[in-house]
Amino acid sequence: MNLEEKLYASIYRIRRVEEVVCDVYPSDKIRSPVHLSIGQEAVSAGVCEALLPEEAVYGTYRSHATYLAKGGDIRKMIAELYGKDAGCCRGKGGSMHLIDPAVGALGGSAIVATNIPHAAGHAYADKIRGRKRATVAMFGDGAVEEGVFYETLNFAALKKLPMIFVCENNSYAIHSPLLTRQPLDNISARAAVFGIPTEIIDDGDVFKIYDAVKRAATAIREGKPGPFFIECKIYRWMEHVGIGEDWKFGYRTRDEAEAWLEKDPVKVCGALIDEKRRAEIEKEIEEEIRDAFAFAESTPFPDLKELYTDVYKN
Amino acid sequence: MAERIISYAQAIQEATAQEMERDESVFVYGLGVDDFKGIYGTTKGLLEKFGPDRLFDTPLSEDAMTGLAIGAALNGMRPVHVHIRMDFLLLTVNQLFNIAAKTSYMYGGSLNVPIVIRSIIGKSWGQGAQHSQGLHSLFMHIPGLKVVAPSTPHDAKGCLIQAIRDNNPVMFVEHRLLHLFHGHVPEESYTTPFGKARILAPGSDITLVGISYMAADCLRAKHLLDETGIKAEVIDPISLVPFDWDAIMASVRKTKRLIVVDTAWLCCGATAEIISGVVERLNPGEHIEMKRMGFAPTSCPPTKVLEDAFYPDPASIALAAYAMCNGGKTDWTPTYKEEKEIAEFRGPF
Repeated sequence: MNLEEKLYASIYRIRRVEEVVCDVYPSDKIRSPVHLSIGQEAVSAGVCEALLPEEAVYGTYRSHATYLAKGGDIRKMIAELYGKDAGCCRGKGGSMHLIDPAVGALGGSAIVATNIPHAAGHAYADKIRGRKRATVAMFGDGAVEEGVFYETLNFAALKKLPMIFVCENNSYAIHSPLLTRQPLDNISARAAVFGIPTEIIDDGDVFKIYDAVKRAATAIREGKPGPFFIECKIYRWMEHVGIGEDWKFGYRTRDEAEAWLEKDPVKVCGALIDEKRRAEIEKEIEEEIRDAFAFAESTPFPDLKELYTDVYKN
Repeated sequence: MAERIISYAQAIQEATAQEMERDESVFVYGLGVDDFKGIYGTTKGLLEKFGPDRLFDTPLSEDAMTGLAIGAALNGMRPVHVHIRMDFLLLTVNQLFNIAAKTSYMYGGSLNVPIVIRSIIGKSWGQGAQHSQGLHSLFMHIPGLKVVAPSTPHDAKGCLIQAIRDNNPVMFVEHRLLHLFHGHVPEESYTTPFGKARILAPGSDITLVGISYMAADCLRAKHLLDETGIKAEVIDPISLVPFDWDAIMASVRKTKRLIVVDTAWLCCGATAEIISGVVERLNPGEHIEMKRMGFAPTSCPPTKVLEDAFYPDPASIALAAYAMCNGGKTDWTPTYKEEKEIAEFRGPF
């Protein structure tokens, strides 16, 4: 696959997995809150495609997209959403904590911003052991209101850590718009004061996101000092948690969303690929998804004794 | 061969140096670890030996610095994060409770967080309300954390080595005054297993369980009690999570009396947990007299006259034991002189 095809496949997979999650959700087979990335796929796709499998991404509770884009096992993901023993967390993580260490998808936190210093710790370990590879912290615009965000920027800049901060700015924290929470819409500028190179991609263009991350990751792999900061403006199409749209509740308007809905990454990226080739990619992904949900349906729940396993690691 | 006698602080330093030597994934960091005081000497010499990548001072960012340990541990390291006062741990609990404690379980055992959090409880010379707290019970409450609080130099070394090698987050609780204690510590590397209490002194009339520095005060109380003929058995649990219930139960079944003394408050604390654990294990009809002692239910006042009354001490522990062994009578006054490490302690730290 060429780059266009890879990015399209990544975006399409995220979109379709989440659409099928929406279809299944009313059956109550997924008994777990889901925070969907529909409309935001370009960020995870662009970021993860620019990384090597051994490069880690620490994500958020909106974790499906990052997990899938990083190459997380789709069967294990859907089994996890179903609460099954074959899930990536054996039914003990759920939608917000998808993880696949084999491909560097290092989980998500339901406590906003807590994952940011984990990426710094991961990068610090690489730095002192002389491994030249990038680690990514992904977080939203709400996370930059937490103290730990600034603490981590400070330390990462101080130690020149080989990491990339990626702010997925969808401009809402649950139902609160950014400018009701922050005095200025200038997240990147706040990173810049620590002497960190910053970049803003304000239109959700997956190629620009890919390119920015690729440049930063390449610099790190060449041994140049980090960190880097990339802000990706994007828009959440669905409600904060759950499978519905939420225009009717009045905290934001459909008009505001219109420009973003037109930039639907599935359509924009899909249009760049030859129709026949696109149909092949889609067919293959549909088959993956069908297989993953069938697997999740048929595989068993954890044994009751699992309640007590893994509290401590031997 | 003569026993080698070193201080608790030296034992911590030696354990750290030996583990850093043995395992390159071990690094040590925290506020002031590389300064000329070296956390009461516990981190002295490590910078020269292991370099600034593996022994480093940090910004005043306890939250992010705790997250740093977690991320480094997920990437194969074994970090030791040092806090010169336990009170500062309150700036770390989000990372410890929500992430470190839950990683192994929440990720179905696919990841784990081998980190050690060293913290030091302060006491005396006017430490005041925010430099004196014993907060270990908060950490005991959370599944996924281990909590150890050794009282002797020997066990401090063995426990720290065990903690560094453990595959889980371990809260390593020290006490400022214990750092000054000397005792027999073998030079070679060894581990003290978690979940195994140590009987510091045998006795038959009453069991005194002392946590951290209170183990030392319980031993002193035992000596005060000698003149009354009461033979106290003194136990240092060493490890609070996991806890050695067998050792405590065997002792109380022998003595039929138990006092648990903590360098912390009583409410929802380690003493409450230990007493209720003993009660749950009693057979029908089995009766043990029990009492717990700890901080007064106030903040710690710095002025000496109130500070002295805030803490249990060997005399108050001995008197409580005497009363328990004599049907509540208090017709005995222990001869007690303030201990050297308190009388001679000078700050500012």
